[in-house]
Amino acid sequence: MTAPSGGAGQRWIGRSVRRVEDARLLTGRGTYIDDHPPVGNLFHAAIVRSPHAHARILGYDLEAARALPGVVGVITGADVARHSKPFSVGVTAPVHYYCAATDKARFVGEPVAVVVARSRYVAEDAAELVQVRYEPLPAVVDPERALEPDAPVLHETVGTNLANNRRLVYGDPDRAFRDAEVVLKERFRFPKYGSTPIETYGVIARWDALDGVCTVWSNFMGPFIMHPLTARVLGLPENRLRFIVPPDIGGSFGIKSLIYPYIALVALASKLTGVAVKWIEDRREHLLASSTGTDRVAYRELAARKDGTVLGMRFKWLDNVGGYIRSPEPGCSFRPTGNFVGPYRFQHLEVDASTVMTNKCLTGPNRGYACGHLYFETEGMMDRLAATLGLDPVEVRRRNLIPAGAFPYRTPTGGLYDSGDYPAALDKAVQLARYDELRREQARARAAGRYFGVGVALAVDPSVSNMGYVATALDPQFRAKPEYLPKSGAVDSATVKVDPLGRVLAILATTPQGQGHQTIVAQIVADELGSVPEDVTVVDEMDTFTRVWSISSGTYSSRFGSVGTSAVALAARKLKAKLVAYAAHLMDLPPDSLEFRDGAVRPKRGKGPSYSVKDLAGRAHWNTESLPAGMEPGLQATAVFGFDVARAVDAEDRVNSSNTYGFIAEIMAVEVDPETAAIRILRYVTVHDAGTIINPMIAEGQIYGGALHGLGGALYEELQYDEDGQCLTATFMDYLVPTACEAPTIEIAHVVSPSPLTPLGSKGLGESSSMTVPAVVANAVSDALAPLGIRITELPITPSKLHAMIQKARKT
Amino acid sequence: MADLVSVRLRVNGVEREGRCEPRKLLVDFLREDLGLTGTHVGCEHGICGACTILLDGQAARSCIMLAVQADGAELMTVEGLAKDGKLHPLQEAFREHHGLQCGFCTPGMLMTALDLLRTNPAPSDAEIREGISAVLCRCTGYQGILNAVRAAARAPGGDR
Amino acid sequence: MKPPKFDYHAPTTVDEALALLGRYGGDAKLLAGGQSLMPLLNFRLSRPAALVDLNRIPSLAWVREADGQVRFGAMTRQRTIEFSPVVKARVPLLAEATRWVAHLPIRTRGTIGGSIAHADPSAEYPAVLTALEGEVVARGPRGERVIGAKDLFKTYLTTSLEPDEILVEVHLPATPAGAGSALEEFARRQGDFAIVAIACVVARQGERCTLARLATAGTGPVPLRLRAAEEILERDGLGAEALDAAARRAAELVSPDADIHASADYRRHLTGVLTRRALTRALGVARG
Repeated sequence: MTAPSGGAGQRWIGRSVRRVEDARLLTGRGTYIDDHPPVGNLFHAAIVRSPHAHARILGYDLEAARALPGVVGVITGADVARHSKPFSVGVTAPVHYYCAATDKARFVGEPVAVVVARSRYVAEDAAELVQVRYEPLPAVVDPERALEPDAPVLHETVGTNLANNRRLVYGDPDRAFRDAEVVLKERFRFPKYGSTPIETYGVIARWDALDGVCTVWSNFMGPFIMHPLTARVLGLPENRLRFIVPPDIGGSFGIKSLIYPYIALVALASKLTGVAVKWIEDRREHLLASSTGTDRVAYRELAARKDGTVLGMRFKWLDNVGGYIRSPEPGCSFRPTGNFVGPYRFQHLEVDASTVMTNKCLTGPNRGYACGHLYFETEGMMDRLAATLGLDPVEVRRRNLIPAGAFPYRTPTGGLYDSGDYPAALDKAVQLARYDELRREQARARAAGRYFGVGVALAVDPSVSNMGYVATALDPQFRAKPEYLPKSGAVDSATVKVDPLGRVLAILATTPQGQGHQTIVAQIVADELGSVPEDVTVVDEMDTFTRVWSISSGTYSSRFGSVGTSAVALAARKLKAKLVAYAAHLMDLPPDSLEFRDGAVRPKRGKGPSYSVKDLAGRAHWNTESLPAGMEPGLQATAVFGFDVARAVDAEDRVNSSNTYGFIAEIMAVEVDPETAAIRILRYVTVHDAGTIINPMIAEGQIYGGALHGLGGALYEELQYDEDGQCLTATFMDYLVPTACEAPTIEIAHVVSPSPLTPLGSKGLGESSSMTVPAVVANAVSDALAPLGIRITELPITPSKLHAMIQKARKT
Repeated sequence: MADLVSVRLRVNGVEREGRCEPRKLLVDFLREDLGLTGTHVGCEHGICGACTILLDGQAARSCIMLAVQADGAELMTVEGLAKDGKLHPLQEAFREHHGLQCGFCTPGMLMTALDLLRTNPAPSDAEIREGISAVLCRCTGYQGILNAVRAAARAPGGDR
Repeated sequence: MKPPKFDYHAPTTVDEALALLGRYGGDAKLLAGGQSLMPLLNFRLSRPAALVDLNRIPSLAWVREADGQVRFGAMTRQRTIEFSPVVKARVPLLAEATRWVAHLPIRTRGTIGGSIAHADPSAEYPAVLTALEGEVVARGPRGERVIGAKDLFKTYLTTSLEPDEILVEVHLPATPAGAGSALEEFARRQGDFAIVAIACVVARQGERCTLARLATAGTGPVPLRLRAAEEILERDGLGAEALDAAARRAAELVSPDADIHASADYRRHLTGVLTRRALTRALGVARG
């Protein structure tokens, strides 16, 4: 995996180039939000949080806290209500979501006040002295219970706990179910879990009253749509609110997109106390009140013919978004709209998606956003179909796959799958896993009374969300109103410049959290400009005042491998074209007789003079007179790449919710200990098609990490609450993050179907197996316990729960 | 303030001194008072291991120890691994085998792995997994870390 | 998550430490390895007026053999025990249990006395002390007293140590030559506290059982000695049927609580499963 020797003329894309980020991170010289104060004289915040799941706030007693030496101020929900506005939410229900509780607290851990003091120690001392008077109210945590008529209502202005409901119909599902020879129904439950990055949230805010500018440093990863939303909440024009992201972020996996309410809260604390304020979330705060994916109750129906052909499906979802529906929810339901059908051909689908508010902490994107839920259910149904028809699970899937020749493929829900060869990827997984041998081993194991199972799961892996999908949550009649502004888009920008000595600098508007953007960009630019990665410097510290960005900017929804890399390639090509035009002028030759090759502009045919990048850079910078008439001085190019296929949702609720679509095929073998119900993973094979792979080492790192997040949700991780809404998992003793001993060995292979939509043919890969592992584990365990008639429909599968299922099955 | 205590210790071979409240956590003292921000805070209750340092040569959690308890001790933090502008063989192995992504757990992971290799210079894969299970990583799925520690165990000087 | 304010004292002798405990009249906390206490302080779930740090008392850290026992100063680190040749040879059950105590960086600081005095019923050391019929020495203003394992653990996180006493020594009977021991544990993750663990010692003469010791972790408010299960082996020998019967009896003897990690029923079931496994493994290494 070493960087190969040699230089110009080699291809760097496709190689496991060592990461340029590593030297600083390995030596303790990373710069994370908590490391180096960007401003002097910082004060520290501690947040007072609700101990109640649901309570009316009657008043505050702040004297004791304010009197503590070292305290400079205390702000409460009352200040928040007075000095800020609620955030816009993604639905029409009148939910007033402020950055702290103003009238009622609606989940344990909701911010109710902020103390600002000389040190965090003193701030925490003072936070304990803040007295908040509450009137506790009955709580509700289960989404089905929350919709019963006598359930406590969280938001009186809404009048119900149902934040949103959409019934989406594609094709003629009723006919599909009438025509079916087989109809299957199942109920599923998906757990509430979050990726808990090891670095928690951190915000530093300085509100300069005289300039009217608020500067915020935070480990926010975007989307930067949250910048205008936050500016509006704070009553600031957008060009008076500056977001700066530090050079290093300690992981996110979607979770840090939900830091924005804290940005507003800390900014307000700075405004009202008149000092620069720093807040670093602690682990208990993170587990109580940052963000997780939704817990979901799903009712699934599948209509099929006896030969295994799926005709249609019905999805009924209750997604639990916690105390408030916080943007970008209800993306929990609609993010995969374009790929609702997954890799299958069926045309008829009904989706009934409800978003429910209960007294749990709030939700948002978590690695695999909504897709872990989707494929857990769909792949569970495919296995049920196989079992019902006596077909092999691989075979029943093969009979329904979109064929290789069908791309680009338009799904009934509006998705445009850009490229792929799903049958080939599935075949590769079958071969790599030696599937037939696993089945023979299973037969031998079963004969010996052992519980050995093989699971299969497939997924279409969407990358680069089209902002337009969010509007699927809204009624088409609402979207048809003249005052409604349609939404679409997925863009990213990059600037590439050559300095006077010929070295290259690339500037991004991304917010990497460990994905190695600097390395990847250095590889791309080195290829485009005939250089070597070590000679390319990449800057990725997002700053809303200096970077070229748009509201879809940020590092989320597996964007970088697709849209970010495209912007870089285009910027480099733009610059290359300028270098060719300049050299043509110097050589007095027509530009189309020249080409850029091996780091220099040369005649396409024959020998002749050539101009290296270094030579051109020196001349262009030092002697602008040498430029052709009309050429802009300087050697830089900025490209903004956007997808034409990112369109607004149409009147029939069809939307291409992402822009590039990869594919995943996985096979897992497990054995369940009949005595302890412990699950042991024996084999795990995953095959990915993400188009062109730029750095295989980094790509595989994403797959390993994504798979372990999926495994967490499948077997270990769940944010649990009691019936009163008290969180039972507010420590890392109780919220179980898998360790190295729980991590399986993974066999990875790739199929490459380059995307026709991106200049490099690449697609995103960041979420990867996080969306398939819950399904493949559930299917493998179900298969192992099939002799007992056990099917896994709820996660996580804990040994205690599985033991109870085994005991029950043995009794009946 | 009257109730401050003074703390003298050697960190990465250098004598350091500071004054702090007795309740100050060692990790906060390292980061805030000594400016050694390479050691990270991830949970403050001894589970995630991001704050792991070497205390008198042995891996320990600096978030569940008081700074005053380290008075007179010899500490090593991630900043002390590389020497003379060269990465430690263990760091080199982490780079070579993609043993890190975001880098946040990495300081704790390195110090833990170093202790593991010193107590067990030729660990099996199962022993490496058990050793590094002391530190939580959410990026890598641990595969790259396992490969890196295995490689470092075979490299000359990997356990120095 | 920062600890609240407290007075801090680091005495260098046990007498000084006792004097400090007396001075604070029950409002001071002893700080041993700190691997359980410090998290409680950081969460502000514990707020003592003072910490009396035992880490600077050299006379509390030692291991030696005496009178058929292996004796430990209370501040002996778990890490020291893990790598101690004496422990490995004379109390192999403790050596094995130590590998199950959290992770190596925790064992660097964690102590045998601290773990036992903390009395977490899911922890390994209290189970080992119970299985081996070990004892602790407590020193207080009224002098020293020896407390047997069965009289030490009262309920969750509570022992019969008085607030003005310090646990200064732990005594574990050396395992008789030829006896086998094993600790079987089931936890959700590597390094976690046990859902259930079984500590076991058996000695045999052929198929006859001359000694059987079984104790639990994770099955209730205190570590439980499974005497009625031991009696089955002592009476009926070490055949498969007797082992099965002892395991069944073990499960009947416990009345565990449920928590978010496991139901009471599952813990009871595991008690039987792990008892059978521990016995099988201990017998595998027993000679005679």
